[in-house]
Amino acid sequence: MGSEPEPGCALRPFAVEQGLLSRPDGSAAFVQGDTSVLAGVYGPAEVRSSRESPERAALDVLLRPKVGLPGVLERSREQMVRRACEAALLGELHPRSSVTLVLQVVSDAGSLLSCCLNAACLALLDAGLPLRSLFCGVTCALAPDGAVALDPSARQEKEARAVLTFAFESTEKRLLLSTTRGACSAKELHQCLALAQRATDTIFQFYRDSARRKFSKS
Amino acid sequence: MAAGFKTVEPLEYYRRFLKENCRPDGRELGEFRATTVNIGSITTADGSALVKLGNTTVICGIKAEFAAPPVDATNKGYIVPDVDLPPLCSARFRPGPPGEEAQAVSQFIADVIENSQIIMKEDLCIVNGKLAWVLYCDIICLDYDGNILDACTFALLAALNNVQLPAVAINEETGLAEVNLKQKTPLNIRKYPVATSFAIFDDTLLIVDPTAEEEDLATGTVTIVTDEEGRLCSVHKPGGSPLTGAKLQDCITRAITRHKEVKQLMDKI
Repeated sequence: MGSEPEPGCALRPFAVEQGLLSRPDGSAAFVQGDTSVLAGVYGPAEVRSSRESPERAALDVLLRPKVGLPGVLERSREQMVRRACEAALLGELHPRSSVTLVLQVVSDAGSLLSCCLNAACLALLDAGLPLRSLFCGVTCALAPDGAVALDPSARQEKEARAVLTFAFESTEKRLLLSTTRGACSAKELHQCLALAQRATDTIFQFYRDSARRKFSKS
Repeated sequence: MAAGFKTVEPLEYYRRFLKENCRPDGRELGEFRATTVNIGSITTADGSALVKLGNTTVICGIKAEFAAPPVDATNKGYIVPDVDLPPLCSARFRPGPPGEEAQAVSQFIADVIENSQIIMKEDLCIVNGKLAWVLYCDIICLDYDGNILDACTFALLAALNNVQLPAVAINEETGLAEVNLKQKTPLNIRKYPVATSFAIFDDTLLIVDPTAEEEDLATGTVTIVTDEEGRLCSVHKPGGSPLTGAKLQDCITRAITRHKEVKQLMDKI
């Protein structure tokens, strides 16, 4: 199912397909404009004794780029997605088990990290894992003239002075993850933060609609 | 008796201190550990710096070598950072290929160099399209006691400040580069990025410069990198407990103060 962007929101049209893979416990394909990421979740499952924790589930994230082998950038992103998911996941309900989240980049046309975060959240939902809150990712691009563009395309990201990616949780819209490329002033940061926070309303409503759609058909 | 309580309930033990607005090592919540820097200790490197942030010890060595400039930017050189967290620094790192932590820190340092424009890559070009400098920045942690990001950023900055590049002349007849080791010039450092890391406790409290124990007990971390103009070069919050915009602004304010402290230290060397 898909959605059209609301006027004034400036997000590209997004769509999701849940439960499309048969082997993982949960899966979701999230499409934002031309950027598309496929996420699969296995868990709670058997854990290696080295990773075992008696207090919570051990979460592993694997990010596979579209071409080539995963490098340092992918490892850094895996760490960010993992720590964001750990904050949202109620790992305490599944001690001594593991949850594996695999993200496959299908196409990259800008805002890749937010697309990965959105796909991850919907895949965790599809797997039925207990979550403290939902989360979503939003990317902002600061153009050289100071204009802010949400959910930038690859070209907008390249021309931007700074690209900021944020993740927010759904209960109080607090900041869960932040990563920036390029430099900006504190005022510009807060401006982007406020704009991104408002955009999350659309995304969370979309999550609810897709969950409603999924359960009403069957 | 306190040691027993600390082993059994480390989080409760720590909360007792936080209630009194201090930490087990006696610091305030917003206080940094003693920072010391020693430059030029590696004589075989073109630039080096050793930074100690309390017990956390990080050394950065920079070697300059020749390379052909990239095809899509013929007037630029390269800066290649690499952070190594060897088994020497902490029991949590095993020998073998770099783990996730080392790779994440390497990526962070590469991003800081890129975002803050600490040196212009154009300054590293010797002959457009033919020859350029490549600076290999190797950062090695010798003692891991938390706050590795701040220590690595500072070590890199101090080492780059210490780099002396020899003069290069292209011999007209042979076309080869001739290095004159007697004539050395320092790098043109344009910006001075300084990282300030915070640990988030119980979703609400922010403590500055966490030790390794505090990082293990924390529910999240935030790192802010500022330059001397107060511009944010990086707001790095890799997941963890959520923060409000107001708390983030508190972090930014503290980071700007920390920048002044570090700049004073840099000016002395």
